[in-house]
Amino acid sequence: MSLQVSNLTKIYGQQKAVNNISFEVQPGEIVGFLGPNGAGKSTTMKISTGYMPPTSGRVLVNGLDVTTQSLQVRKIMGYLPEHNPLYLDMYVHEYLHFVGKVFDLTNHYLKSRIAEIVSLCGLDREQNKKIEQLSKGFRQRVGLAQALIHNPQVLVLDEPTTGLDPNQILEIRKLIKEISASKTVLFSTHIMQEVQAICNRVIVINQGELVADAPVADLLKSQAQVQIIVEFDAPVDEQKLATLPGVQHLVMVTPNVYKLTTVQGADLRPEVFRFATEQNLSLVGLRQEQLSLEEIFRSLTAQTPAE
Amino acid sequence: MIQVFAKEFNSFLNSLIAYMVIGVFLTGIGLLMWVFPDTAVLDYGFADMDTLFSMGPYVFIFLIPAITMKSFAEEKKLGTLELLLTKPLSDWDVVFGKFLAAFALVLLVLAPTCIYYVSIYKLGNPQGNIDSAGVWGSYIGLSLLAMVFCAIGLLASSLTTNQIVSFILAAFLCFLIYTGFDSLATFGNNALLIKQLGILYHYDSLSKGLIDSRDVIYFISVTAFVLVITKTVIGSRQW
Repeated sequence: MSLQVSNLTKIYGQQKAVNNISFEVQPGEIVGFLGPNGAGKSTTMKISTGYMPPTSGRVLVNGLDVTTQSLQVRKIMGYLPEHNPLYLDMYVHEYLHFVGKVFDLTNHYLKSRIAEIVSLCGLDREQNKKIEQLSKGFRQRVGLAQALIHNPQVLVLDEPTTGLDPNQILEIRKLIKEISASKTVLFSTHIMQEVQAICNRVIVINQGELVADAPVADLLKSQAQVQIIVEFDAPVDEQKLATLPGVQHLVMVTPNVYKLTTVQGADLRPEVFRFATEQNLSLVGLRQEQLSLEEIFRSLTAQTPAE
Repeated sequence: MIQVFAKEFNSFLNSLIAYMVIGVFLTGIGLLMWVFPDTAVLDYGFADMDTLFSMGPYVFIFLIPAITMKSFAEEKKLGTLELLLTKPLSDWDVVFGKFLAAFALVLLVLAPTCIYYVSIYKLGNPQGNIDSAGVWGSYIGLSLLAMVFCAIGLLASSLTTNQIVSFILAAFLCFLIYTGFDSLATFGNNALLIKQLGILYHYDSLSKGLIDSRDVIYFISVTAFVLVITKTVIGSRQW
């Protein structure tokens, strides 16, 4: 029940959309798939679901090759494509019934399954409407519902929360977390809080290259720098503050408030406190900050590989 | 395949398309057949259904592309084709399911005209004085012609994401294959051979009431050929 991507490369004409990336997703894992727009996320997902073949490399789902055993793979896979395409002129039930029939579910089972999935996805009140009448958040739920109708073992979701309001984002996240207990989930996004909230592990790609593949916590720890924000009650001699042992970089945020950067492991706080006493200043605030995932993402995807 | 067929056919019936097509076809053909003095069978004096079978193909040249124009073009535009093709359905299931749905709708459109046959049969003097074999041969010919047009419509739809382009292309191709070869035959030396490439030659032959297997095979093979191209176009994402 796993998704294995090995040495995947996809070339469109001259452009390398995905360049030799490999990773694995285990059952029970929710893996966030990150990257700036155009990094190759959707391409990787389209290949993983058998919509397009790779130029080289291969994708195995439960040991089945996506290219050669495509139909078998599609049976155990749920996929929500980017922009959540839907047949707008169909009713919610009609649509879910159609998708269920495509997966060869029997009428009897399908009936109870649709009821189950409708309540799981919070569609109870909207279930008798046409899809075109639904708001964006509910359409997204219908998209998820169709991806889940056959109880797939592997779930691939391409930006499931794009364009939703904050409440809807929270609900969809909760939903993904709930349903994914025993499944293999790969889901792409460019919202960092989302990754922190629901993923066990992140994979970051940039310009088709894999730049990180680590548990969220490790990635946060791996960063070399720690930042400290200090606030004094009066102006400070910047020169002296900057020469404190361990300070690598100093920025004034607002008057009397400074951001100090130091290496991971060193704790600047006692030094700063001593400095304040020596200078006869009162410390109004002292706060240690770890680089947020967002900043890590920026630093990982900032360097442009040589053209 | 059956699921795609059911979905497509339902979507015709749930939208205005089916009723528009049925309404327009029956009104148009009905007027030509019974009302307009130039073509009406009542003034004509002969108990036959030539008006239906000679005008029918021209009406189909416009109606069938209208039925099929959205089948792939819209799905490509909305992205639902990606959804469909990542489900456990082969490309053939999708293409053939859509083809069958369009063809079934056309047969549904054609079915009520059987009443014309009954009416003329009764009106004949003496009663029943109508070339029944010719009529049924023509029905088979018209159905087979519609089958080819459906396949052409799907092909045009698979080539573009714009429904209007799809419609115009399909109408043009249908027109070309219906009468184009016949007109072309007036130029060259191999007149018969070129004529036989077009639909009109085979359609006329079926209208005589003689179901020649060569004509039937012609229609089926053209349909199959066009559907294979359509499937190849849909599969071209794999290249």
